[in-house]
Amino acid sequence: MKSAGQPMAHESAGGHVTGSALYTDDLLSRFPGVLHAWPVMSPFAYAAVLTIDTAPALAVAGVVATLTSSDVPGEGDTGPNRHDEPLFPTEVLFHSQPVMWVLGESLEAARLGTAAVLVRYEERTPLVSIESAIQADSFHSPPLRLSRGDRASALAQSAHRLKGEIHIGGQEHFYLETQAAIAWLDESGGVALHSSTQHPSETQEIVARVLGVAKHQVTVECLRMGGAFGGKEVQANTWAAVAALGAQKTGRPVSVRLPRRLDMMLTGKRHPFLTKFEVGFAADGKLEALHLALYADAGWSLDLSEPIVWRAMFHADNCYFLPAVDITGYVVKTHKTSQTAFRGFGGPQGMLVIEDILDRIARTLQLPPELVRQRNFYVEGQTTHYGQTVKDASRIERIWNELKSTSNFVARQQQVAEFNEQNEHHKRGIAITPVKFGISFTATLFNQAGATILIYRDGSVQVNHGGTEMGQGLQTKILQIAADGLGVELGAIRIMPTSTGKVPNTSATAASSGTDLNGAAVLDACAKLRAVLAPVAASMLNCLPDEVHFEQGIVLAAQQKATFAEVVEAAYRQRLPLFASGFYKTPEIHYDPKTGQGHPFYYYAYGAAVAEVEVDGFTGDMRTLRVDILEDAGNSISPIVDRGQIEGGFIQGAGWLTLEELVWDAKGRLATNGASTYKLPSWMELPEVFNVGILERAAEPGVVLGSKAVGEPPLMLALSVREAIRGAIAAFGDGGIVELDSPATPERIYFACSKARGQAEDA
Amino acid sequence: MGSNIAGLMDFVLNNRRIQLPQCRPQTTLLEWLRSNGLTGSKEGCAEGECGACTVLLVRPHGTGSKYVPVNSCLLFLPTLAGQEVLTIEALNENKQLAEAQFAMAEAGGSQCGYCTPGFVMSLFAEQYRPGRAGPCDPHSMGGNLCRCTGYRPIRDAALSLGPAPDDSFRGRLSSPAPSMIPVSYTSIEGRLERPGDLAQCTTFLKKYPDAKILAGATDLAVESNLAYKRWPVLMSIDAVAELQVFQDAADHVEIGAGLPLSEIEFLWEHAPLVAREWLPLFASILIRNRATLGGNLGTASPIGDAAPMLLALDAELKLGGANGIRRVKLQDFFLGYRKTQLEPGELIVSIIIPKPFPNQARFYKVAKRRMDDISTVAACFAVNFDADGRIAQARLAYGGVAAVPIRVTEAEQSLLGKRWDELAVKQAQAIIASELKPLSDHRGSSAYRLAMAQTLLKKFWCER
Repeated sequence: MKSAGQPMAHESAGGHVTGSALYTDDLLSRFPGVLHAWPVMSPFAYAAVLTIDTAPALAVAGVVATLTSSDVPGEGDTGPNRHDEPLFPTEVLFHSQPVMWVLGESLEAARLGTAAVLVRYEERTPLVSIESAIQADSFHSPPLRLSRGDRASALAQSAHRLKGEIHIGGQEHFYLETQAAIAWLDESGGVALHSSTQHPSETQEIVARVLGVAKHQVTVECLRMGGAFGGKEVQANTWAAVAALGAQKTGRPVSVRLPRRLDMMLTGKRHPFLTKFEVGFAADGKLEALHLALYADAGWSLDLSEPIVWRAMFHADNCYFLPAVDITGYVVKTHKTSQTAFRGFGGPQGMLVIEDILDRIARTLQLPPELVRQRNFYVEGQTTHYGQTVKDASRIERIWNELKSTSNFVARQQQVAEFNEQNEHHKRGIAITPVKFGISFTATLFNQAGATILIYRDGSVQVNHGGTEMGQGLQTKILQIAADGLGVELGAIRIMPTSTGKVPNTSATAASSGTDLNGAAVLDACAKLRAVLAPVAASMLNCLPDEVHFEQGIVLAAQQKATFAEVVEAAYRQRLPLFASGFYKTPEIHYDPKTGQGHPFYYYAYGAAVAEVEVDGFTGDMRTLRVDILEDAGNSISPIVDRGQIEGGFIQGAGWLTLEELVWDAKGRLATNGASTYKLPSWMELPEVFNVGILERAAEPGVVLGSKAVGEPPLMLALSVREAIRGAIAAFGDGGIVELDSPATPERIYFACSKARGQAEDA
Repeated sequence: MGSNIAGLMDFVLNNRRIQLPQCRPQTTLLEWLRSNGLTGSKEGCAEGECGACTVLLVRPHGTGSKYVPVNSCLLFLPTLAGQEVLTIEALNENKQLAEAQFAMAEAGGSQCGYCTPGFVMSLFAEQYRPGRAGPCDPHSMGGNLCRCTGYRPIRDAALSLGPAPDDSFRGRLSSPAPSMIPVSYTSIEGRLERPGDLAQCTTFLKKYPDAKILAGATDLAVESNLAYKRWPVLMSIDAVAELQVFQDAADHVEIGAGLPLSEIEFLWEHAPLVAREWLPLFASILIRNRATLGGNLGTASPIGDAAPMLLALDAELKLGGANGIRRVKLQDFFLGYRKTQLEPGELIVSIIIPKPFPNQARFYKVAKRRMDDISTVAACFAVNFDADGRIAQARLAYGGVAAVPIRVTEAEQSLLGKRWDELAVKQAQAIIASELKPLSDHRGSSAYRLAMAQTLLKKFWCER
């Protein structure tokens, strides 16, 4: 029996439920004498740092050292690409930006130390809103452009045209485990770290850069993360660098852990967007021309904002053919946290816009929104606006029809209409939306992975690879893949903590690609080891090597068998290598950012969702009554894990679109900086009926075990909730266009309902 | 160095006696657990919102005990003196998973795993809740946040659990829980006093007029954890019997100011609809297990959820001080932003709600999230009718629309003697608009708050 494809609980579930699974900060008691770090934070969002007097801090009991620019042996900058993130800035660019750090015997001592530090600032006027930054011509990069056809003349010739503007809010990751790193000087003269990072190799690179040492001096290990969602793809680096710098200066272990409030005030979020569109369409609802401007609020530094805006531009088509299109992406520089990767990576914002537009078109033409959506689906052979053929385009319609049928969409639409007829103050909405999400890092070079597998003489196995575990179930899938790859039982394999000392130059575990890349590398290493073991087994079992079959720890040939451990021992005695490295690079992909054309994605993950909601017209309060999902996950390697990703991604997306609201005040201070002011989905947001299906007969050739990536795509299925809300709002009026910024908080819904009622009265 | 007086300076943790250490009295149980190797309890927010730090207190239930899940980030260590605590590490001490643990693992209820121990503790307490029948109630985990799963598998785990197994954890519940003993804790970094009765409280407050009064600490510990507020002297009211009363009499209900909300919920069998809909909206169960009415009113927050309901029910407060007890109407209690009638050394003893309850009364809360959020606007309306069906009394109370929780008296006046119809609602709404000038903040705009103050009255009328 194969392990892959079996529903199994998370490989660490036993540790999770007993509290014995360890995270970075749980390791503190293993480091006697560990020092705690606390930053001196700017009270302004934009200011020059004139002078810093650290002496008073050193007089505070328990303070051991301060860290300032003079302590940096290497380069005091943690910006991953552009080197635009000074660790000890002379100019503050966002509110609460650390300007230096204090190390203490306790967190309390370090914090009291920072309170004693005297900093003189010269306050400047910050750019807080996207609009004010655009006005001030404040951008990180020149505009990014993507176009096809003659948009201007297509627009001019369209029978119908609409213009609009949508504000899209950002999203706090709110991984339950906040940013954390512990650094110490190891016993052989290097620097070692435990870091809660999605990208140990980059954390290693940044630490080496700051310390001014070669990378081989730095080892970064990540046991597991208590959630990440993109928030630890690059933003784990700074805290690791501070810890390493502190360890190097004091010779003692140093812990940097951001409590929730600091984590929210200092780290980046999903990008808020301002979007402006003009669309031309035919009387049947078919899109003819789209002119789109996407302004992403990138915050103070570049981070990953360019590829994020690119992905928003790529995904502005979602599942729809855009004949003539012209999209400009702007990376706007504001005095806020540096917005960063977050599950979907720009895709959600791009898709939100086109879904919003299609609903407006439908309401303008008085057509059902789902019909207008369907009429615009890609068909086989069509290419995207960036020149890639839409592989398996017919799958969109297949999923659509299957889901409409299993969710009983048409009958329920009728029931919703009846409910709305009978209720004046409460209205329901039901909507179906599709998702097409491109899988691969758009930067081609990141699409590579390595693995190292070690087999010991007793037949037990250690698997090392470059991916990190953040709860997404990567290690569970790797375990299943490796067990089948070697033909051993799950219990024979130990997945090792991710370490830069085991596999070098890894890519971030991101872009939903963790299993695709690392799983394939592990499989490659398994194949190499099987190639070593098969002839050994063949001579033991008197058969040909290709007649040998490895399964669940037994090696079989015809009527004979041996145990895996016996074959391994025999191989050892024959002096054969029992370790191997595996490697994988995604084939076929290429992309030219200058022309905006190419084949950036290896394949697309598809899905669709039906959501039904009820809106309270008195307050704007909203409830999701039922959700039905059909997701294309290829041949699922781990069905419980995949269902978990689908459900969790959906609820997280619904949170982004409804209740999670980031508010910055005029001074650039984040007003929603804690769990009491920033609201994640809770129990009550779980729909009473939540049906999730995984598409059958959907093996993806060329991907590990025929599976498909499932980390990010389901998040965008939550756009069905937003569209259902807009439908319910429309029902308060005469069914006309609903303008609704995101997130759809009760306040926004309430005022949109009032407007809809008003339009109906005016009409 | 100070010393621990009374020899009562220890607590039972996972069946082992632990001596209270010398520490800052505001050290939380969570901080102490984690720095002593018990890292299963996690810090997710340090303000009682996420539940990742959930532990169980063994508290009295009839002649036996019950497990009460609470946020360990909001428990100051010295308040545990004489108490009994279970953490996640206790649940599988004999290496066998508790049913709640097994169900969570099996259902796929953990992804990153960071919130999981907290969920398990809440679910465990629910499974062992005395008198519970049928599957476990998923809402017992309403104080726990998960960012990964979307909750469906966790709901399935809860629904899969039946009665608690006959084990030592269940056996523990048939013997009494520790009582709340007086405490006098002094360390080099401060002092925490827990007097045994009201007289000792007022005496202590006379001696230390600046002592900070500590009830459920669901607000105070947040100030301590997030704003780093430090108080040299703290006084806990947890052991004061006079503050723990509950009496449902013929003409009134008296609720002790120190009674946790979940106890009120349990004791108030014949609570009117308005109170039954108010309690779950007030806060999550983990907070309700600690938060008190005295604390909610005493902080005089303009967005506290107790005041609007108690104003609409025309409640009175008993205030106790060195000069004895006095009674004040709640509507006269709030003097200004976070200012009350409490004199130095005085504290709220109990809340008295007159009977009969109003003919019609409802509580509404508008917030970004439907449960466990802070009110953008809270409203409670109560009306009484005369024999003729006309409005004889009306009390329209709000939180979140002014510097203090208030009643809109002019709008109330406008309703008197009228039929309870749409016209009367419209006229009252117009007056409300002139009476209120709410602020804009991250929870909502002034316009929205004002609209809610008006529209909720209409909702109240529609739902009559």
